[in-house]
Amino acid sequence: MAIFLNADSKVIVQGMTGSEGMKHTQRMLKSGTDIVGGVNPRKAGTTVDFEGGVSVPVYGTVKEAIEATGANVSVIFVPAQFTKAAAVEAIDAEIPLAVVITEGVAVKDTAEFYNYAKETGTTRIVGPNCPGLITPGVSNAGIIPADISGTGRIGLVSKSGTLTYQMMYELRDFGFSSAVGIGGDPIIGTTHIDCLEAFQNDPDTDAIVMIGEIGGDAEERAAAYIKEHVTKPVVGYVAGFTAPEGKTMGHAGAIVSGSSGTAQAKKEALEAAGVKVGKTPSETADLMREIMKDLAK
Amino acid sequence: MDLFEYQARDMFEKHGVPVLAGAIATTPEQARAAAEQIGPKSGGVTVVKAQVKTGGRGKAGGVKVTKSPDEAQAAAETILGMDIKGHTVGTVMIAQGARIAEEYYFSILLDRANRTYLAMCSKEGGMEIEELAVERPEALARIAVDPNTGIDAAKAQEIVDAAGFDDADKAAIADTIQKLWTVYRDEDATLVEVNPLVKTEDGDIVALDGKVTLDENAGFRHADHEALEDKAHADPLEAAAKEKDLNYVKLDGSVGIIGNGAGLVMSTLDVVAYAGEEFGGQKPANFLDIGGGASAEVMANGLHIILSDPQVKSVFVNVFGGITSCDAVANGIVGALDALGDEEDRPLVVRLDGNNVEEGRRILQERNHPLVTIEPTMDGAARRAAELAARPAAN
Repeated sequence: MAIFLNADSKVIVQGMTGSEGMKHTQRMLKSGTDIVGGVNPRKAGTTVDFEGGVSVPVYGTVKEAIEATGANVSVIFVPAQFTKAAAVEAIDAEIPLAVVITEGVAVKDTAEFYNYAKETGTTRIVGPNCPGLITPGVSNAGIIPADISGTGRIGLVSKSGTLTYQMMYELRDFGFSSAVGIGGDPIIGTTHIDCLEAFQNDPDTDAIVMIGEIGGDAEERAAAYIKEHVTKPVVGYVAGFTAPEGKTMGHAGAIVSGSSGTAQAKKEALEAAGVKVGKTPSETADLMREIMKDLAK
Repeated sequence: MDLFEYQARDMFEKHGVPVLAGAIATTPEQARAAAEQIGPKSGGVTVVKAQVKTGGRGKAGGVKVTKSPDEAQAAAETILGMDIKGHTVGTVMIAQGARIAEEYYFSILLDRANRTYLAMCSKEGGMEIEELAVERPEALARIAVDPNTGIDAAKAQEIVDAAGFDDADKAAIADTIQKLWTVYRDEDATLVEVNPLVKTEDGDIVALDGKVTLDENAGFRHADHEALEDKAHADPLEAAAKEKDLNYVKLDGSVGIIGNGAGLVMSTLDVVAYAGEEFGGQKPANFLDIGGGASAEVMANGLHIILSDPQVKSVFVNVFGGITSCDAVANGIVGALDALGDEEDRPLVVRLDGNNVEEGRRILQERNHPLVTIEPTMDGAARRAAELAARPAAN
């Protein structure tokens, strides 16, 4: 079953005909994703051929693509200055899930399209500035390499793309139900809490890895949520203990402001909620490995 | 990007927010000339204010009220070059004096938790807002602002009502708040703060001090924002990295770090710092994210930046190839080292995993460079890099 993405997911790609869109559509197809169309008003009516003899039709709008294919997921690869318009188009077409991969989106644009989606209530947004999500062996909406790990019973949610890959690699002996990269921007659509809730309710997930980083208080709020609502074991990791105050560390949202947003505070909040927190990614993986072994007994 | 007060003042003025006259000076003589021009607007009184991107300048002696051009010049003489919390004052603003009747507080900022904006307003301005929020939270009105509707007349009214201003003052303050909203929206700010917002003895509402943070991701629609960057005070290595589109932050340590992806690089810094505890407290020298899908050229540029830092004693390259291909990383390392030649004697520890890792490792093994060690795990590589950084220099 997994979360957000399953065997019934029919995926379209906004920005498929761009270079990033082409490259990643190819990769998504290769990992078994049911890609049913691309969107580009200037190339509507054409088809794009991919390796493996797959031919993907291009539609003028998201709405047309949905009408023609029954698509229920859109992956957005358009450049940052056009991302808001693409997201709004997806929301207007009432697509249930829009995954915004694009990096460097202005925070005002995200704030506007996220709140628009919230108001209409039709579309879950993942991202922006994220690697997307994968249900290994079933479907892959975004850029997470499908060959790192196979399917299993661990759920993963992370602000960081490469730490998602690292953790999937470390725990490839157990595999994942779904892994969701939620992105490191100050404002994101789907949060740690949304994923924790979904994993808690997912019969295919036994335990959850949650990866956070400095900035904001999403991890603290997630900790409070775990204490209240999550009965499955959760292992945590937080990056950025050595980050200096007032410096943005790569992700637009990764900044310690004064005494708030520190890795230490996040770790303490998670531990107070009963979450085991690893000092390094590999120690975190070891903690999860112990839990999975205990669950198997 | 945080702006200096004078830049915020100019931006406010552009959007019709009431501000007082002000001019900047980088020498005492310029300060005197500015005071001669501005002083007459306020009975000869001007305020000389240090321009630094940190709080607490008043307590540090960085703000002086002066009554004549002579005094303004003398004040500038004292303030210019002053160190305020590690920031050296290079510029002062000479501002028109104000006869303050009351001080208020107003700000608009991102509310990351609710994914909206938040307006904060208080009748009790002047003090540090963090203190006010802790000591008298009831005195600080906090009103959510929907990004799609913003602060219209009704929202501005809601804010001034919640803050409890006197009825006679509400209209003027609400009007100023709406103008500050246009600064926030039209300039793509993530913070607009006025502390204090004042009422003068004449009953005028004026933004006396402003703090603005701009979203650098919105630069594509603000060609004028680049000129606001403080290039003079940028770290030279950070500036060189920015030129090359590299995401680099200089830190105070001995192990140079290059990796891909912000999260993995932050994690690498932490893992190096833990490993370094065993080796006399070796610490990471920098943050450098080469990003997704980096080419050999990007990798080589990154390595050049790291090795231009004389504090660096060893380098740890930590790549998990998702989109990034490990052979490109390996080629970048080999290319950069070959370009540096025999001049370079600092060791590199490399950990590669993921996309095309076999080819990446093969390229490094084949080149067999004496400075390069390949380690199979992130923790092991961090340990090795810290150990190498702790070694006494060969000569």
